[in-house]
Amino acid sequence: MNMSKSAQAIINPSVLRCGRLGPGQAVAATAGGVALAALAFWLTPLQGRAGFLLVTYLAGTTGYLLAASKIEGRRSVVDRLAAVLMVTTVGICLLALGSVLIYTAVRGVKALDWYFFTHSMNGVGPRDDAGGAYHAIVGTLQQVLLAALFAVPSGLLVAIYLTEYGTGRLASLVRTVIDVMVGIPSIVAGLFIYAFWVLGLRRGFSGLAAAMALAILMLPIVVRSAEEMIKLVPPALREAAYALGIPRWRAILRVVLPTASAGITTGVMLAVARVTGETAPLLLTAFGFDSIQNDPFSGPQSSLPLFVFGQASSAFSAAVDRAWAGALTLIAVVLLLTVAARLVTRRNRLV
Amino acid sequence: MKRIEANHVSAWYGTFKAVEDVTLAIEPKQVTALIGPSGCGKSTFIRTLNRMHEVIPGARIDGEVLLDAEDIYASGIDPVSVRRTIGMVFQRPNPFPTMSIRDNVSAGLRLNGTRKKAELDPIVERALQGAGLWKEVRDRLDRPGASLSGGQQQRLCIARAIAVEPQVLLMDEPCSALDPVSTLRIEDLIAELKDQYTIVIVTHNMQQAARVSDSTAFFTLEVAGDPGRLVEVGPTSKIFTKPDDERTEAYITGRFG
Ligand SMILES: Nc1ncnc2c1ncn2[C@@H]1O[C@H](COP(=O)(O)OP(=O)(O)O)[C@@H](O)[C@H]1O
Ligand SMILES: [Mg+2]
Repeated sequence: MNMSKSAQAIINPSVLRCGRLGPGQAVAATAGGVALAALAFWLTPLQGRAGFLLVTYLAGTTGYLLAASKIEGRRSVVDRLAAVLMVTTVGICLLALGSVLIYTAVRGVKALDWYFFTHSMNGVGPRDDAGGAYHAIVGTLQQVLLAALFAVPSGLLVAIYLTEYGTGRLASLVRTVIDVMVGIPSIVAGLFIYAFWVLGLRRGFSGLAAAMALAILMLPIVVRSAEEMIKLVPPALREAAYALGIPRWRAILRVVLPTASAGITTGVMLAVARVTGETAPLLLTAFGFDSIQNDPFSGPQSSLPLFVFGQASSAFSAAVDRAWAGALTLIAVVLLLTVAARLVTRRNRLV
Repeated sequence: MKRIEANHVSAWYGTFKAVEDVTLAIEPKQVTALIGPSGCGKSTFIRTLNRMHEVIPGARIDGEVLLDAEDIYASGIDPVSVRRTIGMVFQRPNPFPTMSIRDNVSAGLRLNGTRKKAELDPIVERALQGAGLWKEVRDRLDRPGASLSGGQQQRLCIARAIAVEPQVLLMDEPCSALDPVSTLRIEDLIAELKDQYTIVIVTHNMQQAARVSDSTAFFTLEVAGDPGRLVEVGPTSKIFTKPDDERTEAYITGRFG
């Protein structure tokens, strides 16, 4: 009679066993594949560095998987193939990310000193080996914090409306508008503030105008991410709050939002990181300024992206060094803001 | 000590009628058990008793629920105040994950803004003692509520419910997610709490109903899709020995369906 596989497994314990590809075998198989590929490049007219890398990679992987299929069987090959693909992708991402960071750091440290952080570009020519980004750092911090001040509370309120109260026509209209806003090119946001505020209301260029343009870009990101995070809060927590006689608005404020706070912070930081590097809308709103402008509410102001843009457009090496230093500072500012936000929400969470 | 009287209560989810025409009196200082097959509307009915049913979008009820002769569904009644008077414990323990043990217990009071910080500590202690959890947690009140075991979490939820000093305590299968030892602890607790509270407990465990309750109400539904109905209610000893209705007898003796 035909015996089913599982029945066999119970009677014959050896069915439960399978081969194990040891680390030594794995390395040997991979090395074999790599050696074959190298041999092919040596003996045949094959050449080219990129081609060599690709072929050795594929040959090494094939050797590894062949050994796995010989020793361990089909299921394990699929498993190991998936693992190879994941590790490769992670490696490529890290490589891209790491090379941007490292290259920026290497080029950026040259002009990076205390002088750079404490001086503006007031009266500094493109060839001069002097000047700094103080004015730009002040501008970026003020503009981004003001933008967050506009976009985060209103974005949270919209998200709460959408998740807790929004049903019917109005909610789907709001949702559509937010979806459309995600797609607004940043220059259009700048153009809008330029036409409406800078020219239309004759307010002129200012950090405030820049913050408004940035807020337009932040708002949809904050709304969408906060909405998703609030939706993830288990309904049981809301019910527990209601059952204690806690009114709905307090349940939202004191139970739902704190539970979602880690995710909401991530969304806010994504939005902040996204707008901190914006350059185009700032050209039309903050305009840029070489001297220190501590007042974001009147007159043109610089910012780090504008500073980098301005310095990098110059042909002189002193200016280009300043551009790299500015870029490195920009990365550091985003990093610091992210860490700060994490620390703030960490206090909200126990564990 | 409050008495609850449900008169001709029917409950809907949208157009689906889940409970039909239930009339039931719940006596003070007693434990009333609601039993019946799954899906017969026990949870739905118990949630109509403290206006939690209407929290679900599209849900509504018909009929009246009297709390000491006052209809909690009358116009001008604030559902939030109703829920402060009639507390509830759910099937799955649901402590607030962002709050410590202490803050979980005082959540009802703090979030209603009714007490000052200094007054809270003794209330927290009393509620935890009432829920039989004080000895286990007194030196880790600042740890997260989620760090407790399932049974402890459920007792934390009971402490949280009695900290707001309700008159009535509704429990919807409070032990069904717990192990037998934790279940026994909660049953003991229910026996202690019934001196102070009117208690309604939903359970699908017949032994539990027999152990903890003074009177028992049996719900059933004829076919899936029909609304659940109350079959009979009476002293627990009678329902479990000589029920009037043969459907009750079939269910009690395990010859159901
Ligand atoms: N949120 C809901 N929306 C729609 N139908 C529901 C909801 N909750 C329960 N029901 C339905 O109402 C009926 C009674 O459910 P429930 O009161 O939970 O029964 P029990 O607690 O006795 O098992 C079931 O048919 C169930 O499918
Ligand atoms: Mg139920």
